[in-house]
Amino acid sequence: MALLEIKDLGISFGGLKAVDDFNVEIEKGELYGLIGPNGAGKTTVFNLLTGVYKPDSGTIKLDGRDITGLKTAYVSKCGIARTFQNIRLFKKLSVLDNVKVGLHNRFEYSTATGILRLPKYYRTESEMDDEAFELLKVFGLDGYASHLAQNLPYGKQRKLEIARALATKPILLLLDEPAAGMNPNETVELMETIRFVREQFDMTILLIEHDMRLVSGICEKLTVMNFGQVLTFGNTDEVLNDPQVITAYLGE
Amino acid sequence: MKKFIAAYRNRFSKTTRQNTLTFGMVIFAYLFVEAVLRTGNMSSLLQGLLVPLCIYAILAVSLNLTVGILGELSLGHAGFMCVGAFTGSFFSVCTAGTMPNLLRFIIALLIGTLSAAFFGFIIGIPVLRLQGDYLAIVTLAFGEIIKNLVNVLYIGRDESGFHFSLKDTMSLNMNGGEVIVNGPQGISGTPKDSNFTIGIILLIITLIIVLNLIHSRTGRAVMAIRDNRIAAESVGINITKYKLLAFSISAGLAGLAGVIYAHNLATLTALPKNFGYNMSIIILVFVVLGGIGNIRGSVIAAVVLTLLPELLRGLNDYRMLIYSIVLIVMMLINWSPKLVMYKEVLLNKIPFIAKRRKEEE
Amino acid sequence: MSFISYLINGISLGSVYAIIALGYTMVYGIAKMLNFAHGDVIMVGAFTIFTAMGQANLPPAVAVLISIVVCTVLGVVIERIAYRPLRGTAPLAVLITAIGVSYFLQNVALLRFGANSKSFTSVVGVKPLSLANGELIITGETLVTIISGVVIVIVLTLFVRKTKPGQAMLAVSEDKDAAKLMGVNVNGTIALTFAIGSALAAIAGALLCSAYPSLSPYTGSMPGIKGFVAAVFGGIGSIPGAMIGGILLGVIEILSKAYISSQLADAIVFAVLIIVLLVKPTGILGRNINEKV
Repeated sequence: MALLEIKDLGISFGGLKAVDDFNVEIEKGELYGLIGPNGAGKTTVFNLLTGVYKPDSGTIKLDGRDITGLKTAYVSKCGIARTFQNIRLFKKLSVLDNVKVGLHNRFEYSTATGILRLPKYYRTESEMDDEAFELLKVFGLDGYASHLAQNLPYGKQRKLEIARALATKPILLLLDEPAAGMNPNETVELMETIRFVREQFDMTILLIEHDMRLVSGICEKLTVMNFGQVLTFGNTDEVLNDPQVITAYLGE
Repeated sequence: MKKFIAAYRNRFSKTTRQNTLTFGMVIFAYLFVEAVLRTGNMSSLLQGLLVPLCIYAILAVSLNLTVGILGELSLGHAGFMCVGAFTGSFFSVCTAGTMPNLLRFIIALLIGTLSAAFFGFIIGIPVLRLQGDYLAIVTLAFGEIIKNLVNVLYIGRDESGFHFSLKDTMSLNMNGGEVIVNGPQGISGTPKDSNFTIGIILLIITLIIVLNLIHSRTGRAVMAIRDNRIAAESVGINITKYKLLAFSISAGLAGLAGVIYAHNLATLTALPKNFGYNMSIIILVFVVLGGIGNIRGSVIAAVVLTLLPELLRGLNDYRMLIYSIVLIVMMLINWSPKLVMYKEVLLNKIPFIAKRRKEEE
Repeated sequence: MSFISYLINGISLGSVYAIIALGYTMVYGIAKMLNFAHGDVIMVGAFTIFTAMGQANLPPAVAVLISIVVCTVLGVVIERIAYRPLRGTAPLAVLITAIGVSYFLQNVALLRFGANSKSFTSVVGVKPLSLANGELIITGETLVTIISGVVIVIVLTLFVRKTKPGQAMLAVSEDKDAAKLMGVNVNGTIALTFAIGSALAAIAGALLCSAYPSLSPYTGSMPGIKGFVAAVFGGIGSIPGAMIGGILLGVIEILSKAYISSQLADAIVFAVLIIVLLVKPTGILGRNINEKV
């Protein structure tokens, strides 16, 4: 059984079919790419997956469990984490606290425990610190722990967003254009990070990307979207050599 | 790894240091005032200001929880204060003489705080679905509604129990007994239980609640929602729950201030002056001057802005004018991109500040 | 018959709200900010007329004209000094500054004129209309207010649709950056919007104080907030919406005063706002805007 199974997914905005009849199956451990021209509906698929939008039709199954139309916060609890096309960090919080917010549902104590500073508060907070530092270290951000997130350089902000997503201990990680705005060196570094994340955390990753070097470099399978629909899908080399795909990107 | 954790612990202790400074400041101010009181050198005008100072400080800290930590502008804070004042006072008047004063006052404080928090919760359910300007204007509306309702509220008590009316005392249909809440005349005869010491203790309790809340899992969730609602949701944070929680606590603490206020006066009435939207704005001025999100700043600003006009004679007429100018100037200096840039350049030219900043890097 | 006269009073008060709401709705639609000081500009306008008529003995028409000029200049100055530097920053910061400006105007008036209410001489010289054998009397103020409201809405709608500056306003309200790229003077357009809004505030002040002839530094505050409620009610950004919202609100207020409780009328008006925002946050004629993820 596939880890993620999307069947006949569709949504319209004011008569316009943004996503129509979308299907995809992702196996556990795969590094899967979702590509397509601008406005093809890729981010909308992410938003449908994470409950930002409710689909008009279709089903989404994660690890055999139907998560169609669940609220965003529940989707996170079911095991999907994501990053955003335009970085969305908690700007006025420290780098460490950004990750600790990601740990929110995994380390719990009540509000009263926090206010009264009961022993459980100290115990849990110190566990959270350790776990958060582990994650920051993976991304080479441990030296920035006490900096405000907004003061990080762009590339590190992208990494912090991934670290925060991983803090929720997801079974599926969605990356929305992780290489956007990066220079070639940073992109190469990012590819390594993504590969590393997959191996270290045994992660299944679905990513949207325009940078073809990144896509062909790390994705094993691709689905190509155009006008809200699946144009084609399959192994990366085959898909990228498909004349249909080239036409969709470059025009007639 | 160990090194970095140690470095962070160091920073962590920095928040602890900051908090200690805040509490130390309050306690020092208390001891100083008590010492001056002993020498008998304090004017009665100033003595009369001591309890209001505590009230304002509590109000400013509690509003900062909504504005600075939750990131939403509430213009109805005086409304929650009003709820606390009237419920607390009502309890005290009803139970006068049936229990020791201190016990009664503690229960009154709890009742006022919880009632205001409950109001915050009920109002928050619809209000917190809105954002920004709409939320501000709706909280203003709620504040005014509360004030208006209190002004037409009549409650009396006789042998057969309590009687309520929203019209006048006649329609209470009382058989003798006494009118406790008398519409626009409010509640009279509240015992004068508030004093400076109690005010300071309650201010410290407020600070403990707010500061500990901020530096906890709950506080992080609330601030995450403030900084980016969509991202917070994407890591599994229940937006409604945490917004309501912060808003209710903020309202409850305003209610606490209300109870102290009520027990500092003989007669409690709901006027535009004390519970209207003007009051909400005054509290907002404290928050803005002290720094949005800066809890210690709120306390200092509340004290400075209350004392200054009273101390500098003749300035009292200009008090509200000064407040308004403070509000505009502070916002421009701290938020206008151009002015912020000039400010940074200027500050870095001052050797002392430049040095400290380098060290913080 | 009393119901009809309440209704007419409601429409009259509502027309004032509508004129105030127009100022809010245009500024909100174009500068995307809640100009909290709008109500206090109304008060400044009314005090200008009060001074011009009472101390300089000028005829009402001249006084109103002066008041319009004063308010227009005031509106533009406020925008330039307090709001423009903050454009593009957090909405919270802009709103708090606007509250500061509102307070500033109130307190300057307080220092200049004192807290006591002044009695305001009506600027309207029209004779009352007597209908149904004198059972229904419509005052000159009511007539003039209702007619002014209608005329202003028509003129503004035409202005926005047919003139170049009006089109520029639409462009800025739609997308400020795109408008700039298309050569629209964004700063100028926003300043013009404030100028028009403030001129309307002066007219609203003249009409409001003629109908309810008492004037204090706080005169503008409540009507200002209610004008905003009306703008939200009708759908913020919409000119006809402001008119509909204003009139409905005025009627609700007067009828509540007459039939429910005069003390609770304001509470009822605010309850209307809350219900509207919860049931249809975009108002009667508003558009839906969602945050893009």
